[in-house]
Amino acid sequence: MVADASRSDWGRIVGALIRFTGDWTLAEDATQDAFATALVRWPIDGIPNNPAAWLMTTARNRAIDRLRSATAEQRRAKEVSIMDSLQSGEEDIEDDRLRLIFTCCHPALALPARVALTLRTVAGLTVPEIAAAFLVPETTMAQRLVRARRKIEEAGIPFRVPPAELLGERLGGVLAVLYLVFNQGYSAIERTELTASALSLASAVVDLMPSENEARALLALLVLQNSRRAARVGPAGELFTLEEQDRSLWHRDEITRGLALVPSSGGNYALQAAVAACHASAATAADTDWNRIVGLYDQLLQLAASPVVELNRAIAVGMRDGPDAGLALLPTRGLDGYRWLPAAEADLLRRAGRIPEAAERLRETIALTPEGPERTDLVRRLAELES
Amino acid sequence: MEYLLFIATDTDPEPGMTGPEGIEEWLEEGARRGIRKQGHRLRPVEDATTIRLRGGELMVTDGPFTESKEWIAGFDILEADNLDDVIDYASRHPMARAGRIEIRPFWPDEF
Repeated sequence: MVADASRSDWGRIVGALIRFTGDWTLAEDATQDAFATALVRWPIDGIPNNPAAWLMTTARNRAIDRLRSATAEQRRAKEVSIMDSLQSGEEDIEDDRLRLIFTCCHPALALPARVALTLRTVAGLTVPEIAAAFLVPETTMAQRLVRARRKIEEAGIPFRVPPAELLGERLGGVLAVLYLVFNQGYSAIERTELTASALSLASAVVDLMPSENEARALLALLVLQNSRRAARVGPAGELFTLEEQDRSLWHRDEITRGLALVPSSGGNYALQAAVAACHASAATAADTDWNRIVGLYDQLLQLAASPVVELNRAIAVGMRDGPDAGLALLPTRGLDGYRWLPAAEADLLRRAGRIPEAAERLRETIALTPEGPERTDLVRRLAELES
Repeated sequence: MEYLLFIATDTDPEPGMTGPEGIEEWLEEGARRGIRKQGHRLRPVEDATTIRLRGGELMVTDGPFTESKEWIAGFDILEADNLDDVIDYASRHPMARAGRIEIRPFWPDEF
């Protein structure tokens, strides 16, 4: 129960306390105290009627206690006014959460700091959870958070939803962080705390800014990708491509929700969501509308040309017009060390019946892939190819 | 809050931008809004002198404190509510296109 409340209320409470106090560390510590108190009290006293309000009140009181515990001479006029604000400040719960997301994703913070801060402060993940998800030592992650909070305070990064003229650009930054969090969680070893956080925060952004098409599109993209999670990994840890997945394992209700969210027009995420929708709507892999997917990649290239989009377009053309057409379009520059390039080439060569060349590209892919389930799966595929 | 802008050159400016052309408009905006406290363009690094005092001995050398292809060409001191206001105003400085600008908050006075 406390854990459930934590995921959804954490960010709201931290956000409100930051607005009242301007002190990120105090806000987070007081919220942490409130949740710790709930863990002790709720099993004894029973769950309060309104758990969110109970947590908010307790966190406010903890913040006041922490300020009072400072000795009288340390206490300054500023703290007195903060205490007034804590005691009487109006809650503006949804906006506080949105303010928090935008502040955590401010471009003056380095991307790893934005990601860590969003997961800790908005989503309420613990430092050990975040450190494990990004494969860094806990002390490193804790330091990263300390430095990020310090920069927000010392450099004067405002705690607010940006004004209209900045909103488009800043919203893009928020969505990029959520997409990165989702992808980190949706890797070969699924980390549901990350995928769930990204989905929940993307949902919150859509609820709070319903007219922003790109936010809806990102949510659609995440929901559609996540709907396939049960079909991605086989019993022996094999990783299945879209073509190989048992589509009866896809979560139909989530696909329905995702398809309804895809905007009819828009930018980068709208186009990616439209590609995901093509896959989600195909009853079998053979039914996939590759012609439409190629068209969507054409639009993506016009919007923001990149070798990765070129690569995806080449794969789609290979599926529509045959492997030789795809091979001819593979990007030749800008993807050094990007393992998906030799992987795609290997797949197209295999489809063209050029097995020794395909095996060569697959070996190249394996060399670029770190130890783990993905690499194990590639080794299995190489053995199959060569048998 | 007070901020210092280091106005620096850059080896990769926006095409066609060579220096602070159009600075008058920026200065006028800063004065009108009261956001710009002071600032100045600086003589080139050829005119820089760097000093160090070590063990009581003063070392005076020709040139800037760090040799680099980019150098500080000027500075401005701003007073603003938050970093976004500084970024917004600084982004209209002509050297944001001809060079680059580093924004640093002042260390607050202890009292």
